[in-house]
Amino acid sequence: MATAHTATHSATGHDHHDHEHHDNFITKYIFTTDHKMIGKQFLVTGMFWAIIGGLLSLIFRLQLGFPDMKLEWLRPVLGGWITPDGALDPEFYLALVTMHGTIMVFFVLTAGLSGTFSNFLIPLQIGARDMASGFMNMLSYWLFFVSSVIMFISLFIETGPASGGWVVYPPLSALEQAMPGSGLGMTLWLVAMTFFIASSLLGGINYITTVINLRTKGMSFSRLPLTIWAFFLTAIIGLLSFPVLFSAALLLVFDRSFGTSFYLSDIYIGGEALPNTGGSPVLYQHLFWFLGHPEVYIVLLPALGITSEIIATNSRKPIFGYKAMIISMLGITILSFVVWAHHMFVSGMNPFLGSIFMFLTLIIAIPSAVKVFNYLTTLWRGNLVFTPGMLFSIGLVSFFISGGLTGIFLGNSAIDIQLHDTYFVVAHFHLVMGSASFFGMVAGIYHWFPKMFGRMMDARLGYVHFWLTFIGVYMVFFPMHYIGIAGFPRRYYSWTGFEFSNMYTDLNMFVSAAAIITFAAQFIFLFNFFYSMFRGRVASLNPWRSNTLEWTTPLHPGHGNWPGEIPAVYRWPYDYSKPGAKEDFIPQTVPLSATPESNLPHEQELVKLEKEIIADEETDLVANESKES
Amino acid sequence: MEEKFAYVEGAEQPISMHPKKFALWLFIVSVVMIFASLTSAYIVRQAEGNWLEFELPSIFWYTSIIIVLSSVTLHVAYQAAKKDDFQKLKGGMFLTVLLGLVFLVCQWYSWVALVDRDVYFVGNPAGSFLYVFTGLHAIHLISGVIFLIIVLISSFRYKVHSKNMNAMEMCVTYWHFLGGLWLYLFMFLLLNH
Repeated sequence: MATAHTATHSATGHDHHDHEHHDNFITKYIFTTDHKMIGKQFLVTGMFWAIIGGLLSLIFRLQLGFPDMKLEWLRPVLGGWITPDGALDPEFYLALVTMHGTIMVFFVLTAGLSGTFSNFLIPLQIGARDMASGFMNMLSYWLFFVSSVIMFISLFIETGPASGGWVVYPPLSALEQAMPGSGLGMTLWLVAMTFFIASSLLGGINYITTVINLRTKGMSFSRLPLTIWAFFLTAIIGLLSFPVLFSAALLLVFDRSFGTSFYLSDIYIGGEALPNTGGSPVLYQHLFWFLGHPEVYIVLLPALGITSEIIATNSRKPIFGYKAMIISMLGITILSFVVWAHHMFVSGMNPFLGSIFMFLTLIIAIPSAVKVFNYLTTLWRGNLVFTPGMLFSIGLVSFFISGGLTGIFLGNSAIDIQLHDTYFVVAHFHLVMGSASFFGMVAGIYHWFPKMFGRMMDARLGYVHFWLTFIGVYMVFFPMHYIGIAGFPRRYYSWTGFEFSNMYTDLNMFVSAAAIITFAAQFIFLFNFFYSMFRGRVASLNPWRSNTLEWTTPLHPGHGNWPGEIPAVYRWPYDYSKPGAKEDFIPQTVPLSATPESNLPHEQELVKLEKEIIADEETDLVANESKES
Repeated sequence: MEEKFAYVEGAEQPISMHPKKFALWLFIVSVVMIFASLTSAYIVRQAEGNWLEFELPSIFWYTSIIIVLSSVTLHVAYQAAKKDDFQKLKGGMFLTVLLGLVFLVCQWYSWVALVDRDVYFVGNPAGSFLYVFTGLHAIHLISGVIFLIIVLISSFRYKVHSKNMNAMEMCVTYWHFLGGLWLYLFMFLLLNH
């Protein structure tokens, strides 16, 4: 066996590829420890949740856009949630809003995005056989699955799922009397989230360990693709913030089920005082947003990393400002932990404290702007190749700009007091966090589909999907800015009942119609995805002519990824269109000594060092082979 | 072969730790975050007033001594394992497990002591927080005791020795961490109750 010397860096499974693996259906597709299959499991589950989450939003958009519409035709699905006179039940409206948020933020854009691409790409791009612990990885998926099942069941119970908003603020979420959804639905929400937190932590611990310990030879941190940097930092954010959500949820469970008063105080129901005294609902907000704000970056950073990779590849240019990209992601990571109270400007907290959080919040604009400019300068005068993945990446940059600008407004406490909890906020975070991350995820699927399934997705359907979705997203969320500035509050079942908000019905109708079209367009993608999986054109080994390591694996990499040696890495991943080079890309596995025509002066210096490494490696190989034979 | 790679990897792969040990450290980080957030919540809530003042159970002093002792015995066992002194290893591990269990029982009596002075889980958050701290710590400590017992069993099967220290080292790290965590919680309570 010629690979024995890789044992030093590949602690797990380094001998899997030698002999035929007799996987049966269960070990291959269900209880698998192969990071690639686990990534696909996360992807398919995430897509399932995206459909559910999208459908829920359509139902409440119907109510908002067409308030007088008869929804009798939904009775076969929603049953009692349609009132006898054919309207949507107001309690269920709140449940829909809550579950849409929970599902999209956690199940689609955290598990579906990070879970899919961190699992799939980290070992492939750093040159590892698998994750540090395949078992923990499997456990991470199955805890997510259990969490999904519980959350899904909660949609169907009689009192309805949790309804207090995805932030589940007490006392609304803490008292069963508050609303029907605060009963069993809320309990199931908390149980599901506990499993979700455990799943995220297991996954995150694995990602960090893998990136730090299992990189192949030569893969220093300054040669990591930006995708890996992004996944790595995302995992660190998750590791630090999800335990805090656990604390918040734990105290909420005690308040709900054991009668403690962490968050409850001086509450009267029907004239009767509750026994709880001494609690503080703002305490929950602090704990929740300490997770909640970093969560925004857990959702966004992987998408930004994916975009960096796709834009550099398809611009046929090195990413502009590689180090600046890393530093700005580090900056975002650190800052994400010190800005949480900008979600609480109207909670009655000390205005001086508000100013500090405002200041810190606005600092985030700097690394974000650095990233945007780096994307634009990477695109600038590149030989752009408009693959569907590239289009979605450019779409992400567009949303990141248009949604990010409104973040500067909202970060100012004075303006936020006016705009807080209006549709302006909804528009802001749906563009910058929701749509941008969703586009990053879709871009990633288009780009890495050939590696996942060995076939290409249909590009023409991809273009149709892109333009419908891109225009649709702006049609949905841009008008919401105006609705929000006009003072329309979010989470309201109906506006027509109030004098100040009974206008703009046409605009709401437009938004709802656009939302339906945008949602329908996603079925083009779903068809493309599943059709191409079986019938798509068979992909070439490196269809995008990309530099990173995953494209050096076979078309259908087995468990262990590379049939022979793990390739060593000699250069950074962005050597596109290097002056003097024969081709417009030089994979990371090509030694500098093999490309004297394109080396820069300082790289020529490195060649000497490299030759020693290669010589060392050969003696090792010979030594190993003679030892084995 | 190792030495040759040391040259290559010295420059290229600065950190290479045993993945499982590294994962344990990351797990410890997440536990630290749980208790950091809870103790911060305690301070924030305390600053708002309406805070029940009461004496901490004096049994906490004894449990702190017990947990320190258990770390000492575990360290003795660890040193013995490194030197392949199996008798001392087994004795040290056994004592550590015993002390761990005694600690848990004493923590239970701290709750009894709290109830005796009319501090209940349900009531003013000052008391509730105390129960949450001790309870959550106890749950982690139970997982630590289980880990200790696993290592104890493998030490009786002579599977812990100077050439096979991974499980032992991880166990030692985790247990010292749990001891340190308790000392932190106790000092925090002494300073902030």
